[in-house]
Amino acid sequence: MTPMSFALAHSLPEVFLAVGALGLLMLGVFRSGGRDWIISEAAIVILGIALLSMFVSLQGKALIYDDAFIDDAFGRFMKALTLGGALISLLLSREFMAREKIDFFEFPVLVLLATLGMLMLISANSLIALYLGLELMSLALYVIAAFHRDNLRASEAGLKYFVLGALSSGMLLYGSSLIYGFAGTVSFTGIAAALHGNVSIGVIFGLVFVLAGLAFKMSVVPFHMWTPDVYEGAPTPVTAFFASAAKMAAVAVTVRIIITAFPGVAPQWKQIIVFISILSMALGAFAAIGQTNIKRLMAYSSIGHMGFALVGLAPGTEKGVHGVLIYLAIYLVMTLGTFAAILSMRVNGRYVESISDLAGLSRSRKGLAFFLAMMMLSLAGIPPLAGFFAKWYVFLAAIDAGLYPLAVIGMLSSVVACFYYLRVVKIIYLDEPAALFESPSREVTAVMTLAGLAVVLYWVFPGPLVSAATAAAKSLF
Amino acid sequence: MFGFGILTGLIILPLVGAGFILCLRGESEAVLGNARWAALLTTLITFLLSLWAWKMFDPASAAFQLVEQKNWLGAGLVYKLGVDGISMPFVLLTTFLVPFCILASWESITVRVKEYMIAFLVLETLMIGVFCALDLVLFYLFFEGGLIPMFLIIGIWGGKRRIYASFKFFLYTLLGSLLMLLAIMAMYGVAGTTDITVLLKTDFPSSMQKWLWLAFFASFAVKMPMWPVHTWLPDAHVEAPTAGSVILAGILLKMGGYGFIRFSLPMFPEASQYFAPFVWTLSIIAIVYTSLVALVQEDMKKLIAYSSVAHMGFVTMGLFAMNPQGVQGAIFQMVSHGLVSGALFLCVGVVYDRIHTRDIAAYGGLVKRMPLYAIAFMVFTMANVGLPGTSGFVGEFLTLIGAFNSNAWVALFATTGVILSAAYALYLYRRIIFGVLDKPSLQGIADLSAREIALLAPLLLLTIYYGVRPGPILDACAASVQALIKGYDAALAVTKTAALLLN
Repeated sequence: MTPMSFALAHSLPEVFLAVGALGLLMLGVFRSGGRDWIISEAAIVILGIALLSMFVSLQGKALIYDDAFIDDAFGRFMKALTLGGALISLLLSREFMAREKIDFFEFPVLVLLATLGMLMLISANSLIALYLGLELMSLALYVIAAFHRDNLRASEAGLKYFVLGALSSGMLLYGSSLIYGFAGTVSFTGIAAALHGNVSIGVIFGLVFVLAGLAFKMSVVPFHMWTPDVYEGAPTPVTAFFASAAKMAAVAVTVRIIITAFPGVAPQWKQIIVFISILSMALGAFAAIGQTNIKRLMAYSSIGHMGFALVGLAPGTEKGVHGVLIYLAIYLVMTLGTFAAILSMRVNGRYVESISDLAGLSRSRKGLAFFLAMMMLSLAGIPPLAGFFAKWYVFLAAIDAGLYPLAVIGMLSSVVACFYYLRVVKIIYLDEPAALFESPSREVTAVMTLAGLAVVLYWVFPGPLVSAATAAAKSLF
Repeated sequence: MFGFGILTGLIILPLVGAGFILCLRGESEAVLGNARWAALLTTLITFLLSLWAWKMFDPASAAFQLVEQKNWLGAGLVYKLGVDGISMPFVLLTTFLVPFCILASWESITVRVKEYMIAFLVLETLMIGVFCALDLVLFYLFFEGGLIPMFLIIGIWGGKRRIYASFKFFLYTLLGSLLMLLAIMAMYGVAGTTDITVLLKTDFPSSMQKWLWLAFFASFAVKMPMWPVHTWLPDAHVEAPTAGSVILAGILLKMGGYGFIRFSLPMFPEASQYFAPFVWTLSIIAIVYTSLVALVQEDMKKLIAYSSVAHMGFVTMGLFAMNPQGVQGAIFQMVSHGLVSGALFLCVGVVYDRIHTRDIAAYGGLVKRMPLYAIAFMVFTMANVGLPGTSGFVGEFLTLIGAFNSNAWVALFATTGVILSAAYALYLYRRIIFGVLDKPSLQGIADLSAREIALLAPLLLLTIYYGVRPGPILDACAASVQALIKGYDAALAVTKTAALLLN
């Protein structure tokens, strides 16, 4: 039995978030009369403290809370990304929520709780802990998806997300119970020890169901159906939160469970990962072509990008995980940057979401136009922007492992995907100007500046991210 | 400075100019003038700096020179620059041509001048980088990065069908390049580094070589462009603004040929030998077929674009002959074509700026109103045909000798291309310059302005100078080509002995 202080020191960010979320809830209920007041500022500060605590808390690897919770370099890397995504999303949300008159205090609290769920998910080392984290995250996300409750599309998005999410949770639970039944334990390391050599069909069934549940959260094909509707319907900052933090957590837990719990059934899960990766890349590329709403476009783009990230997971090697981590970090920056740009699409006080609203942006708002064009080209993976390096590492791992068909199909679909990113660039730079956008708030501008610098100048200082990801990937193996 | 050498300086300098223009505020005529002058000065200084680099360069050595290296991505990926006799001519060609592009756009570009100049300067940085990079990933970065400014140049300042052309250009090139990227990854897996100097010494297994060769071929063949993947070029050329066409024909196409010399031949010698007949076939088809297509074009730029494809056919044919004449001839042909086709596009630009049409039928009898123009256009047409005494001759002749030494049939078919090129080029010249000056729109047309003379004169002099004295270019690359062929033959000899031993 480890001492309590040791356990707390290794779960510092979670503790901060839990205490902070509950404290803010009290504050909101007793003080603010429904409105935001200073709750969102406080939530941002709490997320910031949690993020900082990652850097000062104990290093190394520790199993705590009866081995259900693991703190390692991989977890810290992914938690830093998740917390960063949550913090930026919350920062971006303030102006939007106030303008849409939905700046209720529950929103920051729910974001904090969802983030807490994500952190637990990332650190989960047993099926039970995984399920707890997943549900905490999902329940909070269901609510904020429908946070704009007077808006028909937002309600639809929330409901859709809830129904399909509940189904996927059910599949995950069913799979977990099968695995528990055949392996006799819920701990990841225990499962790994129990499964080797010839495994029974029951375990494979369990694995498939668990992966199906997780695929839903990652929004990869064939469990992606909810994504476009929810992305489009949910308030834009919430979409940013879904696309950034939630994705990070979902991929992180998938990587962890696959690598630590199922090395014994590698040939089986590799097939599944290759399959969903190819489908996601292809669907993300083709289905996005016809989109006219930029949030829907980003939904398909995110499906495609998750497919690319899984290319790195398919080999199941340390190099591959390293690639996935770099991919996620760069994807996080690109996606948050793009949503910041979407949040600055405002005409006459109303937010617009149609791609054609961007027409001729390069004449009216040069900075924003250049920024969004760079984000699009980076998402397309054109060097020397950051998105290229993201693809470089995952495909490098795939080639290294001899997964040539996967790599070639991935590359081909990225050419197709390039078409629709390029179309956005074309609309921005080549078309005649449409309505003029109003100036974005300072937070949005700051986020865009930072993301823009990171994406355009990543190639100058790639070192820190690469070495952090190397250390993180090493801790899994 | 800061441990960086002159090549980094060459790469950074245009970016500095671009940064300066970015800082200019306002859209007044004075500001636009400043932007133009800043761009011109930057490119001129870059050119002078590249001349200095040439002075420091020792053509007698086959080794990479002016090398600089820094840690970059770690794990064998380095920031490494250097030039040898093969890349130096291309660096000079690039820095030499870009000032002309800026000058050519002086009056014809009137909207979004600052962005235009910035795009051109960034493009220059990337092009110099392609020829200087000694790391495969760094090379890829520059190679592919060039798509973005070129996409914008065609897309924003291009003609009527510019959007179609820019998309086609971008996606075509990207598709080829991504396959190359996969090959780069595979090579990295074998060698553990992407340092080109190390990769040149790495022996790739022969079964793997063929796949790698094909992947690189996909990229360079599109860039060259070789038949049948050349269809993006006429569209891009026709829609691009004059300076865009110049840069496209003058330098971007050369990246493909440079890639063949730098990577395909020395790194995959067995595969290169295996695929040489395939390349020859495509080259001959390109030479004959595109020359015939050029014959029936109605659009001046399209005609020159197709003639570019034919001339690039000579380049690939010479390269895969794999003897000193062939390879040196190919390098010479590329440099010469850079000057000549660039000049031809400038010539088209001259009349386009006046009448705003590229339709050949809209012209005729220009010699009466524009004698100077007629002279300049004639010299470049002759050079395009490959008349002895112009630089065009040397390259075609050497590549044909090279091909003849390897395979006489190839040379035989390719030579028909020379005849055809005379046909389409002279036919074009006759329709534009001679004939009756009866079109009302041409009655008041003015001869070359001082700016246009300054634009065409240096190119004209160089075309004739290199036609008479090809020495400077051939000597510059001689040592490196010699080393390349020696390595190539040695690699083939090794496999041959290995095969004999196995039998």
